[in-house]
Amino acid sequence: MDLSILWYLVPAALMFACGVYGFITRKNLIAILISLELMLNAADLNFVVFNRYLFPGQMEGMVFTLFAIAIAAAETALAIAIIINIYRAMGNIDIREITKMKF
Amino acid sequence: MDSVGNIIVYFVVAIVMVVFSVMAVTSRRILRAATYLLFVLIATGVFYFQLGYQFLGAVQLAVYAGGIMVLFVFSIVLTSKPNDKGTVLDAHRRVLGISAAVAGAVLLGFALFTMPVYTGVSLGQALTGGADIDMHTIGHALMGTEKFQYLLPFEAVSVLLLACIIGGVVVARKR
Repeated sequence: MDLSILWYLVPAALMFACGVYGFITRKNLIAILISLELMLNAADLNFVVFNRYLFPGQMEGMVFTLFAIAIAAAETALAIAIIINIYRAMGNIDIREITKMKF
Repeated sequence: MDSVGNIIVYFVVAIVMVVFSVMAVTSRRILRAATYLLFVLIATGVFYFQLGYQFLGAVQLAVYAGGIMVLFVFSIVLTSKPNDKGTVLDAHRRVLGISAAVAGAVLLGFALFTMPVYTGVSLGQALTGGADIDMHTIGHALMGTEKFQYLLPFEAVSVLLLACIIGGVVVARKR
């Protein structure tokens, strides 16, 4: 039995679908952020798998994933700062009750 | 033909990854969802190790499973009340979410199984076909200015992280 490229892409696709589901249905801002991390992680995994199977002599997919991880860390830190600020101003982080900035 | 060890590791990690992804987005308690996300991130790191990118796996475990998870747990503890079980989803939102996720998965699956990607290559062939990526190679790739070298993005990321630190302090400080 061979572990071909599809064996790695299918779990990544399922992980991405889970992220989409969570992003739409969750009400808590942090839970939405968790779903976002799932989707980002699936995309990172795809970069690495395509790099390994299609261009094994190069390392561009790996470097791209390296930078994507750094940017994801920055994005998460800033998003959590904003969430904590919202909590301080509003008292909760439920997206149905944070409607002050909606027009 | 790949080795039995690789196949066993693959199946364990893939099952852990999919099951805990589903649990992370369906769990009612937010701290448990974060814990399940941690398992998914660790599983991804194991995949990176298995694919031969040891440095990337180490970065995934240190930055994602280490740093980002600590941020998540901190913010969850700061913003949720104890024994907060969350709220029940309204039905049409859940239907919308499930249909979007299933439609996306079907579309991705269709694309995966009809596109002519190189399905004949096994993991062993891919691993032996590529050059061994050691720290020497990665360091040269990150610190050079020629083709396929990435000094400028590297510096841009350092500036981005600095901006992120300042932004985080400014946004979250007490007024």
